[in-house]
Order: sequence, then structure tokens, then C-alpha cells
Amino acid sequence: MIGYLIRRVIQAVIVTIIVTIITFVLLHAVPGGEVRAILGIRASHAEIVADSKLWGFDQPLYVQYGKWLWQLLHGNFGYDIKLASPVSTQLWQHLPRTLVLAVIGTGVGLLIGIPLGIFQAVRRYSALDHIVTGIGFVGYGSPTFFVGLLLVQWFAVDLHIFPAFAPQATSIGGILSDPVALVLPVATYAFVAFALWSRFMRSSVLDNIVQDYVRTARAKGASERRVLWGHIFRNSLITIVTLLGLQLPVVIGGAIFIEYVFNYPGMGLLFFQSALNTDIQMMLAITVLTTILTIVGNLLADIGYAMLDPRVRYS
Amino acid sequence: MGMTPHPETTVEPLAAPGTLVAPELTAGPGQAPSSEKPRSMFRRGWEVFAENKLALVGLGFVIFILLFSFVGPLIYKTQQVSVTLTNSDCTPSAAHLLGCDDLGYDVVGRLMVGGQSSLEVGLAAAFVACLFGSIYGAVSGFAGGVIDALLMRIVDAMLSIPFIFVLIILAVLIHPSRITMIAFIALIYWPGPARLVRGETLSLRTREYVAAVKVAGGRNSRAVLRHIMPNAIGTIIVQATFAVADSIILLSSLGFLGFGIQLPQTDWGSMLSSGLNYINLGYWWLIYPAGLLIIMTVVAFNFIGDALRDAFETRLQRR
Repeated sequence: MIGYLIRRVIQAVIVTIIVTIITFVLLHAVPGGEVRAILGIRASHAEIVADSKLWGFDQPLYVQYGKWLWQLLHGNFGYDIKLASPVSTQLWQHLPRTLVLAVIGTGVGLLIGIPLGIFQAVRRYSALDHIVTGIGFVGYGSPTFFVGLLLVQWFAVDLHIFPAFAPQATSIGGILSDPVALVLPVATYAFVAFALWSRFMRSSVLDNIVQDYVRTARAKGASERRVLWGHIFRNSLITIVTLLGLQLPVVIGGAIFIEYVFNYPGMGLLFFQSALNTDIQMMLAITVLTTILTIVGNLLADIGYAMLDPRVRYS
Repeated sequence: MGMTPHPETTVEPLAAPGTLVAPELTAGPGQAPSSEKPRSMFRRGWEVFAENKLALVGLGFVIFILLFSFVGPLIYKTQQVSVTLTNSDCTPSAAHLLGCDDLGYDVVGRLMVGGQSSLEVGLAAAFVACLFGSIYGAVSGFAGGVIDALLMRIVDAMLSIPFIFVLIILAVLIHPSRITMIAFIALIYWPGPARLVRGETLSLRTREYVAAVKVAGGRNSRAVLRHIMPNAIGTIIVQATFAVADSIILLSSLGFLGFGIQLPQTDWGSMLSSGLNYINLGYWWLIYPAGLLIIMTVVAFNFIGDALRDAFETRLQRR
């Protein structure tokens, strides 16, 4: 187990380093891009050269990368010239809001999707299975932003049941104290998540239902309830944990659309505004931070997997 | 899952009596001569595919939407280049079946133009991503060892980045057009197919016919391109079909945020972004047509992909 853990952590560190290289190079691929983004398109060549020297953008890319990485290791994400504030201040303000919404939304989606997926697999080809599969197909094919757009149109504009805007409070407590405004953004997250997870859970349960251990359990005289929840469900969940880790980038990426549609001041909206301003430091920081979160999430999922499934540890 | 090569790479032993069969063409053990008349893999695949009603609906819809987008403008002629502000947000009428958008473009005509970019970008990006990803995955799996480990860590890294962020960064830094959109989407999409094909390659490379290439003195490139890739084609085609659906969603997502294809070109997602701006005014024709077309096209490609997967799997089982 210890050996597996060490190997897995080393892998995660290597992946993190590769990610920082990819994103850094990507954002600095346009020569003079960052200075031009700061000074605007009317800046003269001389001004760009002078400011490049001032901010250190005239140095070779690997030197810039090294300095940036060194600062990153100390928790310094750089200084946001457009917002005149350290990038990390902005990040720590916006990240918790995104996490709150993403966790609640995905959680609700899982709570609906997983039981439905189990039911579908157990009652395969029943009317309900077909209906849920149908809805799932639509949900799976709908862009997140369109789901949000429709919910606003129906429940905010037409029916006036829920507000069209997410809670605008800056603190987590303030956001949670406005549950009515949270309904539509959470529903958007949940609908997309439900479509995905009922589908994954259905096929995972179907894979497990035909396994030998299920027959063995039945042969030993275990009740159907025990076979389903004690054996099939627990084993199906193993797959789901891994997939949950792999889906993290999609969940975090989805935040940008939900936060944009509902004007929720989280990291997705912050990224959108930085993109409008060509705010390279901020875009770089958000991409790297969310990626590290994803890698840590995957690492935790894999460790959870290894704890649940001894076969992984020894292979 | 049998241990024999796919039918297309084998010949019936009786077909060439007395001749030396090339090493890569010999059948593995267990290739019992079947009593039924051998049919081509496409025939059998098509039969399984055609049994799936949803797949036929999906295929029908894809053909319809291709005709709508590319042939439609020849029949339903509209002005799609310059802005006509006097028609801004006009309601649906005989002259404009689905009304006009905020810039005065006829919505039906706009859906056709948007469909062209959505389909072109979706198909081309999926093709490029799957082609590159497949070769990358096959090389990685075939090479094994340190090379495989390194190549796969790059894939892991790419798959950990929330790719919509990368797409937006690219769209901000480089002026978005159809060609650059295809390149951007392919650039972030290839790691998925690469990982799948690599997994397939790991099991394929231990087969007898791949070993036979080595024995016969064939180069590694021959083993990868002529033997591993064709045998992984089922996985690749299924993946490519889903990739088209995903690429269409990605393009529309970018368009919705305003980072997509620029005026006077458009795509279905860009059309929806003005729908959000006017949502309080009840201009339903700015929301439903484009949104429904995205969903229906994506679902159609997913139906086809599912059926293709069943068709290829059945083919494997029947061998």
C-alpha cells in the first residue's frame, strides 16, 4: 500500500509539473502578448520594449517559467496588473464560492442519478428505464449553458418562481442564507450531473450483476436486498469513485457557464472577466489552480480506490 | 473477446491452397471455419447497426441537418452577410419563418450558416483529434516502457486541465475562425482517444500476427500502421462519433461566451448568446431553434456512436 501511494504521489507531481509547463507555454506563446495585453493595442513599440524589460518579459521563456514556478511554490500566483491586486487574493475570494456551488450541485445530481441508475439496471428495459435513459440522453446532449438558459426562461422569466440571479453575497454564509436564489444554478448543475451519473451507474451495476460473486452470494442464500446493496452496489461504487475523479475537470469547467448565466461571483466568472480583459496572469493562475485541484482529486480517488479494492495495490 | 485477429486481416486458409501465406495473414488458433457463408465485416456491422431504431433515427437526422445546412441556403435564400438593423428582432412571419435576431439576420438562414460551421468544425475537429490521438496512443502502447510512461503522463496532464479554460485562452490569444477552432478543439480533445487506443494497443501488441511482423523483419511503423491501427478501428470510429458530438458542444459553448466564430460567420452557440441578452423580452425564436438543433444533433451523433459500439462489439462476440 505504501509503495503504491508513493508511486502514485510521484506520478501526480510529475503530471503537475507537465501541466504548469503546458499552460505557461500556451499563455506565453504569443510574443509580447502579455505586455501588449497590459498596455493596450495603442502602445508603441518602444513602450512595449521598455515595459517588457521592467516586468522581466524580455527574458528567455524558461527563465520566466522558473521564476514563476518558484513563486508558485511559495503560494504567490503573481500580481494582477489589471485589477491592481495580488492574484492570490482574488483566487481565495472566488474559489470557495465556486466550490460551494459545484459541490452542492454535483451532490444533488449524484443523489438523484445514482439511485435512478441502480433502479434502471435492476429493472432493465422497464418503462422507467427507457424514460430515464431518454431524459439522460437529452441531458447528456445539452450544453450546460443551454440548460441554465432554459431554466431561467421557464422558472424566472415566465413563472417568476425563482430569481434569475444566483446569490450575490460575498461570504459563504450569505450565499447559503439565500437558498431560493440557489435553486436554479444548483438545478442546472444537478441536471447535467444526473444525466451523466445515472448512465454511468446503470452500466456499472449491469457489469457487476453478471459477476460470479453475485451468483455466489445468491447461492449462499443472501436476500436480494443484501445482494443488491451489500455486493452489487458497493462494487459498482468503486467505478463511480474513479469516474468522479476523472470528471472533475468537466465539473470545474462547467462552473464558468453556470456562473456566467446566473451571474454568480465565483472563479468561473472571474475567469470569464479575465478572458475579456486578456488578463494573462489571472487566466494562468485559475487554470493551474483548478488543474492542481483536479490532480489532487484524482489522487484521492485513486487512494480511495486502492483502499476499497485490494487488487489495485498489488498489481 | 477472442484471441484471433479480426476477419479483415485474415484469409480463409482454403482460399490459397498450396501457396505460402504471408505471416501477418495467418489466422490464430481457434479460427474454426464457420458453417455459414462468410460475410464482410461491414455487412454484419450494418445489420447490427440497422437493428437499432434509435441509430437509424440519429443517422436520418444527421443527413437531414447536413442537407438543411449545406443545401438549404440554395432553396431558402436569405441575406447573411451584412446587418439589417431595421429587421432587428422582428417576429416570425411569412417573410421570416423564425423571425430575425438582434442584428436583423433571418433566423432560419442563420441556423443554416451556423449549422455549416458547427458541423464543419465538429466533424473536422473530431477527425483530426482522433487521427492524432490514435497514432499517439498506438505508438505509446506499442513502444511500452519509459516512452509509454512519459507519453501517458503528458496525456494525464492534458486530461487534468479543465479544457474549456484552455480553449478560451486559445480563443483570446489567437483570432478565432473555423480553421483555428478546428485546431483548438482537436488540440484539447486528442488525449481521450489516445488513452483508449493505447489501452487497445496493449492487448493487440501481444497477438501472434504482430509478433509475426517482427519475425518477418517488418518495421515497427508497419506493425503500428498496418496491423494495430486497423484492428483498433472499431474503438477509433466509435470514439470519433462521440468526438463529433463533443466538439459541437465545445464550439457552441465558446460561441455562447462570445469567444467563438466571429461575425458575419456564426455557429449555433453564438446565436444563443444574444438569446440570453433578450431573455426578458420573450423572444423565444432566439432561444429554442438554435438550442434544440444543438441538442438534437448531439443526441443524434450519440445514438449513432452507441449503435456503432454495439455493432463492433457484436462483431467481436460472433467471431
